[in-house]
Amino acid sequence: MEHRWGMVIDLDRCTGCEACVAACHAENNLPLSDPASAAMGRAVHWIRVDRYWEGEFPHVRVKYVPVLCQQCDDAPCEPVCPVYATYQNKEGLNAQVYNRCVGTRYCANNCPYSVRFFNWFDPQWPDPLPLQHNPDVSIRSGGVMEKCTFCVQRIQRAKRDAREEDRPVADGDAQPACVQSCPAEAMIFGDLNDPESKVSRLASSGRATRLLEDLGTKPKVFYLQRAR
Amino acid sequence: MAAALEIPHDRLRQDLWRPLRGAGAWYIVAVVLVGLLVGWGLFAWGYQIRTGIGVVGKRRPVMWSFYITNFVFWIGISHAGTLISAILRLTHARWRTPVTRAAEAITVFALMIGAMFPLIHLGRVEVFYWLVPLPNERGLWPNFRSPLVWDMTAIFTYLTGSVIYLYLPLIPDLAQLRNHAAGWRRRLYKLLSLGWTGSDREWQALERAMKLMAGMILAVAVSVHTVVAWDFAMALAPTWHSTIFGPYFVAGAIFSGIAALLLVMAIARRALRLQAYLQPLHFDNLAKLLLLMSLLWVYFTVSENLTVWYGNEPAEMAVLGERLRGRYAPLFWVMVVCNFAIPFVLLGIRRLRSIGTATLSAAAVLIGMWLERFLIIVPTLARPRLPAAWGTYSPSWVEISITVATFATMAFLYLIFCKLFPIVAVWEYKHASDR
Repeated sequence: MEHRWGMVIDLDRCTGCEACVAACHAENNLPLSDPASAAMGRAVHWIRVDRYWEGEFPHVRVKYVPVLCQQCDDAPCEPVCPVYATYQNKEGLNAQVYNRCVGTRYCANNCPYSVRFFNWFDPQWPDPLPLQHNPDVSIRSGGVMEKCTFCVQRIQRAKRDAREEDRPVADGDAQPACVQSCPAEAMIFGDLNDPESKVSRLASSGRATRLLEDLGTKPKVFYLQRAR
Repeated sequence: MAAALEIPHDRLRQDLWRPLRGAGAWYIVAVVLVGLLVGWGLFAWGYQIRTGIGVVGKRRPVMWSFYITNFVFWIGISHAGTLISAILRLTHARWRTPVTRAAEAITVFALMIGAMFPLIHLGRVEVFYWLVPLPNERGLWPNFRSPLVWDMTAIFTYLTGSVIYLYLPLIPDLAQLRNHAAGWRRRLYKLLSLGWTGSDREWQALERAMKLMAGMILAVAVSVHTVVAWDFAMALAPTWHSTIFGPYFVAGAIFSGIAALLLVMAIARRALRLQAYLQPLHFDNLAKLLLLMSLLWVYFTVSENLTVWYGNEPAEMAVLGERLRGRYAPLFWVMVVCNFAIPFVLLGIRRLRSIGTATLSAAAVLIGMWLERFLIIVPTLARPRLPAAWGTYSPSWVEISITVATFATMAFLYLIFCKLFPIVAVWEYKHASDR
């Protein structure tokens, strides 16, 4: 059976520590930004933690919402790309082919979650940072779009390991860097096609919601939160 | 009008061919000046290609801005020609003769400028040909579902069509010039006039071809700007996803096209001393058309914004607020003054309507329509659906230089065109006076 990768993020557990953001940077060779370009709005974070405040000081409640590519089933970014640089693969991943991208940036305009990032220049890392690059992830050139891949390199490794050991991929074999590093265990990743997987069970719980669900994009990232 | 047509044929040729000979001091100054601006724009583009597209002011979430504004604006200007001259030809408006060629030339040049922007705007311009359905070893096609591919198809069709449409009525004039010119000019005109002899059969074929092209180009022109509008309307972004964008953009395009035509005519009238040909009547008629389009533009703008406001949907209201009260509000109200208040007062009151006020209104409309395109693109992108991703935009020197260079390019191409070809169709003028 084909896999259909999905994620659950428990907002009642998220502390907003941004460990997921740091882990993602290290895992996926994200380009660094200097303070000026970050202030300008050009920093690249495949996952970001949005903060929403409720109420007036001092009775303030803050809510953290980690936002990454929602890997939509009906992804608005896909049909608008003139060169098929972004497409839906067989496992439900919204894949991005960096080498095919010509940089029209239409996909980013059409993404309601604003999770697509553009390489304005060729990326640069001061020494010795190039030594810690992840060899499993390609470096993106200037002028192309990039975004969260659900750590597709880790999914591929989990599938390869399982194949070598002649067994099916077990729940929890594939773990994106953000999920692995979440100290509150607020993020769960797995196969939505497997009804017994942890992610499937949580995604069908009464607490599950999806971001901007009314747009009909059918995201595969589910947010758990108490209904108030 | 009758007076205009009583110009004797030999004087006609004298007047209309005069600008082709020699080059005065002012002409050279103008060419050098706009040439420098064009060169500066090319330098800026080269700098952008060399350094990276990041030298522009764009940032997340504003991924499109000046370049796409220029693209839509210039494609809009291109409606001057073809559409206006085709309508006037098909409706047998007799006053059209001195206007059509000036208009058709605007179309071709504006399209050439506009069509550059999808390339200038690309992150990797060196692989732009991936957008074209060329055979390749990997068997990859472009994505025909993407409005950008529709766009490319529409613009190439329109450019091809309008070049033919400009060229066809040039042929008899070129043949005349061939007979009277010498040196390289003779060779050029001989090549371009395709051996035109002026036989009955040739005239009939020309008439048929022009009528056919006028009809086809009308349909193409309307569809081109509709497709440009769909670049936005097909997207899910707040206030872009609107059903009236197609007609709204077409109306805006004709509006700015007429303004461009008025401005070019006013300049050509003075610079080439064509007062006897481009008469107050032509300015008056075009000014009325401009006024009509101004009212149509207001109608569309009100319908677009009123429905958003009344619907009160949070994501769309954030964009509307940004436009009417926020960071972009000054631009919005300047746009309303330029596109509505100025033409409505200056052209709506008959006593005030003159060549001077028509030119002034045309200049205002050009500013207003550029702002309109900008205000459709940037505020929407600056206010995406998730408030945490909201952002701003301001242009860099590269974008400003290239934008200025587009206007200089228009002037540059026009200056060269005026030196090579008569700006008023001589034979059409003769025909009109013979009838």
